[in-house]
Amino acid sequence: MYQLLKQIVKTGIVTEPAPPPDEDLRAGAQRLGEVILKHFGRALAIRHVDAGSCNGCELEIHAMNSPFNNPEQLGIRFVASPRHADLLLVTGPVSRNMEIALRRTWEATPDPKLVVAIGDCGCTGGIFGESYASCGRVSNVIPVDVAVPGCPPTPTAILQGILTAVSSGRRRP
Amino acid sequence: MKLKELPIEVEPLAGAMPVFRAQVSPAEVREVCVQARARKARLVALWGSDETGRRAGYALHLALAFPSGLLWLRTPLERRDPRYPGIADIYPAANRMQRACADLVGIRPEDGADARKWLRHGAWPEDAFPLRKDFDTSLRHGQKPDRYPFVTVAGEGVHEIPVGPVHAGTIEPGHFRFSIVGEKILRLEERLGYKHKGIEKRFEAMTLEEGAKLAGRVSGDSTVAYAWAYAMAVEGATGIEPPRRALAIRGVLLELERIANHLGDLGYLGNDVALSFGFAQFWRLKEELLRLDARLFGHRYLMDAIVPGGVARDLPRAEAEALVQVLEAMRREVVTLQSIYEEHAGAQDRFIMTGQVLPELAERMGLGGFAGRASGVKHDLRVDYPVPPYQQLDPRMISHTRGDVAARVLVRFEELFESMRLIEALVQELPPGEIRSPLAKAGAGACGVGWVEGWRGEVLIALEADGNRIHRLHPHDPSWQSWPLLEHAVHGNIVPDFPLINKSFNLSYSGADL
Repeated sequence: MYQLLKQIVKTGIVTEPAPPPDEDLRAGAQRLGEVILKHFGRALAIRHVDAGSCNGCELEIHAMNSPFNNPEQLGIRFVASPRHADLLLVTGPVSRNMEIALRRTWEATPDPKLVVAIGDCGCTGGIFGESYASCGRVSNVIPVDVAVPGCPPTPTAILQGILTAVSSGRRRP
Repeated sequence: MKLKELPIEVEPLAGAMPVFRAQVSPAEVREVCVQARARKARLVALWGSDETGRRAGYALHLALAFPSGLLWLRTPLERRDPRYPGIADIYPAANRMQRACADLVGIRPEDGADARKWLRHGAWPEDAFPLRKDFDTSLRHGQKPDRYPFVTVAGEGVHEIPVGPVHAGTIEPGHFRFSIVGEKILRLEERLGYKHKGIEKRFEAMTLEEGAKLAGRVSGDSTVAYAWAYAMAVEGATGIEPPRRALAIRGVLLELERIANHLGDLGYLGNDVALSFGFAQFWRLKEELLRLDARLFGHRYLMDAIVPGGVARDLPRAEAEALVQVLEAMRREVVTLQSIYEEHAGAQDRFIMTGQVLPELAERMGLGGFAGRASGVKHDLRVDYPVPPYQQLDPRMISHTRGDVAARVLVRFEELFESMRLIEALVQELPPGEIRSPLAKAGAGACGVGWVEGWRGEVLIALEADGNRIHRLHPHDPSWQSWPLLEHAVHGNIVPDFPLINKSFNLSYSGADL
């Protein structure tokens, strides 16, 4: 126990006040907190849905939850059920085997809801494209508010995508 | 020539790894497999191909690993009724591969084998076979519900918990059907294939150069292993050799990928036993490593850093030294964290004897990679077939026998330290010279094999080229072999331990769904 406490003290707080590297992003992150408070009360609840990715985007969503970014300080948290979510974070080209599951998840999310598509594949279908097995981009299956490109997009880019969706003011009835 | 272990005629295949090709008739397949099994050969992959455009029927392909190398066995099948005798009773891991073959190529094992679909859900009809050359790729079939015949468990007090495909965390999609009594798991049945996005068909529309990028996205967490395997296959098929400096840098990249994944999983394993301290600490270290990767190689996960012919980016002296320094500091931190994990009674109580896979079962089912090494299955391509750049490094095989979550945690810790040692040894003696050889053209019917020990286990790429285009490419993830073991590992455990057991394997859905 001594060693554990020592390690905690030694490490200190690594959370960066805003996503690096520039000041614009710092302002962005602070605004994000305010916008979330305004629109969603005290927190933004996110449900992640992997609709067929290569799992690269999942790595960056995990990394976004690392102590460096610590989105909970901004009032963002990931929830286990779409019924608890304000926003769906969807990765992948939508495989045809996931088409129904994604649609049902979207339907289970209460209105008003936002959808952020993550990664080149989520934006355009990416390298997998459309085929007998792939529906391509996320907006081919459910309405998308913001699409964040990148292969995979960095944690900072994902956070910015969430900000853009929340601050766009558009709500799906 | 003859294979050392079997009395069959084989032909060595050019490339970095020892690979041999042979052809046997459908009538001989089972006998070869029985003999191979008796000589402790393991089944690495099974796939099918359409050869009707080459004035033949179809073909069944097997990749078997012998001590002397990999045997790529080809069995021609008739065009009219492409059937073969199944081998799932000899190699249990073949079961799902045979079913995937039936779904995609329409070649089936003879009666008596498990004939349930696997990768096909409801997106295309039973009589359409996407990997046949005459499959109309522009056609979009109507979506039908996936009626999958799960095995039902009956009895007093037994009930089912269906989980997925959309899971409760940031996890890939798949369906798990638990049959439980009270809190205890009686049976788990997996239904995968949700991520099937037609990767193999996609490859067939690509040139050898274009395929590299797709290979690096079969399973994103193993992008280096796949990119290397793909490059190795193309280099073998076109008869070129990457410069020695490029090979050494590839070794650095592969070990960096291993370190990043083990760090992340060790963090989550802490998290899953309510030791969130572990998550925060390991993910702090992982993030530092990812940022360093981005600085040195231009990508946090090292995607597209390996290209056919060599590597995309050099590792200059100053950067190599910076890398060694970061790893040295990280090693000290991981030593501290390991002792904290090991002395934490709560964590050890959850780890020890949870999700156990005993060596006998692991060997029989073909469990490989680090999970296999935690169950006494001693295979590691870096050790078994020492080719450059591992040849001079004498990599250490990490192995334990208890096969529980604790053993898999221990293997990961020890592999972290070994990977750090390997990287330091590699960068200290980086050979001078070029980092990329020019690509050559592949001859007609050229073949190549890439076979790389990724962080999860052995990644195979079997390539058949057609001039500069891909005729057939099968990428094989070690998760094919490991997924069935997860069903066994959870027997008798409590449901709340499932996420912990699952994470201790951390298998790829994308890599096995293709």
